[in-house]
Amino acid sequence: MTKLSYVRTEMLPEREPPTSATGVIGWMRQNLFNGWMNSLLTLISLAVIFWLVAGLLPWFWSPTWNAGSLGQCREIIAEAGKQSGACWGVINERWPQMLFGFYPQDLRLRPTLAFFLLFVALIPVLFAMISRRMNWLLLVLVLFAATFFGPGGAVMTVLQIVLGLGLAWLAWTVVATDRADRAAQIKEGVKRLPNPLIFSAAFVFLMPWLLWGGSVWVPVGVALGFVIGWLVFRLLNALIGSLAALILAIVTPVLWWLFLNGLFASAMQAVLPYGLEPVPSRLFGGLLLSVTIGVTAIVISLPMGIMLALGRQSDLLIVKSLSVIFIEFIRGVPLITLLFVASVLLNIFLPPGTNFDIILRVIIMATIFAAAYMAEVVRGGLAALPKGQYEAADALGLDYWKAQRLIIMPQALKISIPGIVSTFIGLFKDTTLVSIIGLLDPIGLSTSIRADTNWNGIVWELYGFVALLFFIFTFSMSRYSMYLERRLRTDHG
Amino acid sequence: MKKTVFLGALTVAAIAAGAASAATLDDVKARGKLNCGVVTGLVGFGAPDANGRWEGFDVSVCRAVAAAVLGDPDAVEFVPTTGKTRFTALASGEIDLLARNTTWTFSRDVDLKFEFVGVNYYDGQGFLVRKDLGVSSAKELDGATVCIQTGTTTELNLADFFRANNMSYDPVPIETNAEGQQQYLAGACDAYTTDASGLAATRATFEDPAAHVILPEIISKEPLGPLVRHGDQEWGDIARWTLNALIAAEELGVTSANIDELASGTENPEINRLLGTEGSLGEMLGLDAEWAKRAIKANGNYGEIFAKTIGESTPVGLARGLNAQWKDGGILYVPPFR
Repeated sequence: MTKLSYVRTEMLPEREPPTSATGVIGWMRQNLFNGWMNSLLTLISLAVIFWLVAGLLPWFWSPTWNAGSLGQCREIIAEAGKQSGACWGVINERWPQMLFGFYPQDLRLRPTLAFFLLFVALIPVLFAMISRRMNWLLLVLVLFAATFFGPGGAVMTVLQIVLGLGLAWLAWTVVATDRADRAAQIKEGVKRLPNPLIFSAAFVFLMPWLLWGGSVWVPVGVALGFVIGWLVFRLLNALIGSLAALILAIVTPVLWWLFLNGLFASAMQAVLPYGLEPVPSRLFGGLLLSVTIGVTAIVISLPMGIMLALGRQSDLLIVKSLSVIFIEFIRGVPLITLLFVASVLLNIFLPPGTNFDIILRVIIMATIFAAAYMAEVVRGGLAALPKGQYEAADALGLDYWKAQRLIIMPQALKISIPGIVSTFIGLFKDTTLVSIIGLLDPIGLSTSIRADTNWNGIVWELYGFVALLFFIFTFSMSRYSMYLERRLRTDHG
Repeated sequence: MKKTVFLGALTVAAIAAGAASAATLDDVKARGKLNCGVVTGLVGFGAPDANGRWEGFDVSVCRAVAAAVLGDPDAVEFVPTTGKTRFTALASGEIDLLARNTTWTFSRDVDLKFEFVGVNYYDGQGFLVRKDLGVSSAKELDGATVCIQTGTTTELNLADFFRANNMSYDPVPIETNAEGQQQYLAGACDAYTTDASGLAATRATFEDPAAHVILPEIISKEPLGPLVRHGDQEWGDIARWTLNALIAAEELGVTSANIDELASGTENPEINRLLGTEGSLGEMLGLDAEWAKRAIKANGNYGEIFAKTIGESTPVGLARGLNAQWKDGGILYVPPFR
């Protein structure tokens, strides 16, 4: 008797999915033509896209790159037998101005270098996955590239050789040993390269020096102020208690910056004179101005906002009321008003002759404005944490700062990432408002450029270029925030 | 108590302000640079070129004053100002001189405490219309839609003009000149109104300028000129007579081409006084004898500046009109250099 079985005992081999469900066709069936309604919508969308591109592309594709004026553009377009077209000559002639404003032409290497070094400094802060070797390699690479554009001379050649050798050595180590080998080496006790965050910290002082120039000892002295504060805290913490030490650690550096730093810088300058040619703020303009204001305000407003958010939740009455008043006042006032205060009112209130840099004033206003919003965004993150987290931190015996640093903030900030990045993007775009107080940011400059008799009447090309510049920055910021959210996701969803 | 301290501080600030503004000439000399307020950009009157160098009709006044005072037409720190920030920039001492097509009005002179040192361009509000509209006079604009910048004196002038002539109009409010150009070209309004110099500059950028006309009526007086703060007459005199020197140079036939020749002495005593070979006019101003010579050499005389920046050979293409010398039918009439 044969044993009958209706159960298949062996697995069937996998078969290819039907061609209608794979490849391009499958994807299209799935995503574009899924049902008659979707098919109809797809066709309509395609028609709209085609209509837009067909209208815009001939306008974009206009051989006017070398035109010297709007009139020449029109001649070229007429010769090409077209109805209308973009006049790209204005971008060709003015793009350096749109990027750097009135920054002296022979010194433009400095802001460019600062811009690229900004990324080198940001990478260890923003991305955890790049190794130390890669980071130092990047730094040396940027510096090495910069030497080729700098002024010549024996010193520069020596520098080039040194940097070139360093570059070669770093590149060789990166190529010769892969990550796993390197990890094994480190385990065996091979000395690691220094932490690249050292450069990030130094960059905070390096950037203003590169942009504004002047004696090298001024930023060195400012950095020294932080060292002094830290030393004061370390020495006095044991002697007079943490609160008094903290207060003194804040007061001492401020006194140093206000009264002694100038003396220190001029004394050191007399002994070891070294500096870059100073560039006054008046000459800043274009994208350089936007990025300077935006980056500085972004970098300062985040820690300031966190402190304000903590202050607002604090049990200390004075700290709490000050934070609340600050946040509510600043949030209750439009940024334009603050900018007018910076440019107009301060001018009248400060004694005449005080030379309080206009860009510094604007940066301060933009920073406190962003900080007030940031405080509320962070407070939202804090409020979203279950109370158990705070209690757990207390139960572990952590003090206030440790609890914040190890338990509360990592979670609260993670929740707030979209809000934080939105505030950053908003702040960066708000920098264009400075054109209203007569600073020539990209928008202000496009007005000036249109006032040139050669380019009067050009609108779309200039605004399009400005939009493109801003889009590059804001879009990368938003992409980064999405990356960060993915990286910090711990719910395994 | 607190109030007293506050008032005291204000007084100190006010005294300090008085002291600082009393010697603008010394401040400028010590600084080695003239801080001059200019427009952020107005065709022909002031704009940076591709190398960041400021050029234009108003900018030339800054350069002439810098040349007279400091001996170098490039010793100027140009401070771009907007319509909103220009007066505070001047009042607060951020700039020494404002040369930014500003209309000389009673309230600006008296109430805002400024001193207009003269008029470098007599402007007036006009109308720009398409030729095919078939209008040859502003009086035929009854019922027209008009593009008009909000918040300006031109808006008020327009209302006055139409009311005085018992006509009606439909305003299309715009924010900036660029927007006005776009709206007008797109046909959103029949007529575009602003200062006649601005209309000419706007029309020059059109693809087919001949299809548009500027109507002959000028409905307002807009005397544009440089200004300084109240309270420092010496500095005001320097700015006033530098401007006058440029105008007088044209009247007397002194140009940048023949100035070196004339400066060695001529038969005409007024030219000699102007160029410092006779008399001591420069000394009276607190400057040296060759101040006017340097000011004229910086960009040429008034006529040369006009021709170079906004004259008929430039794309702006303005005729001299009112801004001709009094001998040529204009109203430029400077007091004698004596």
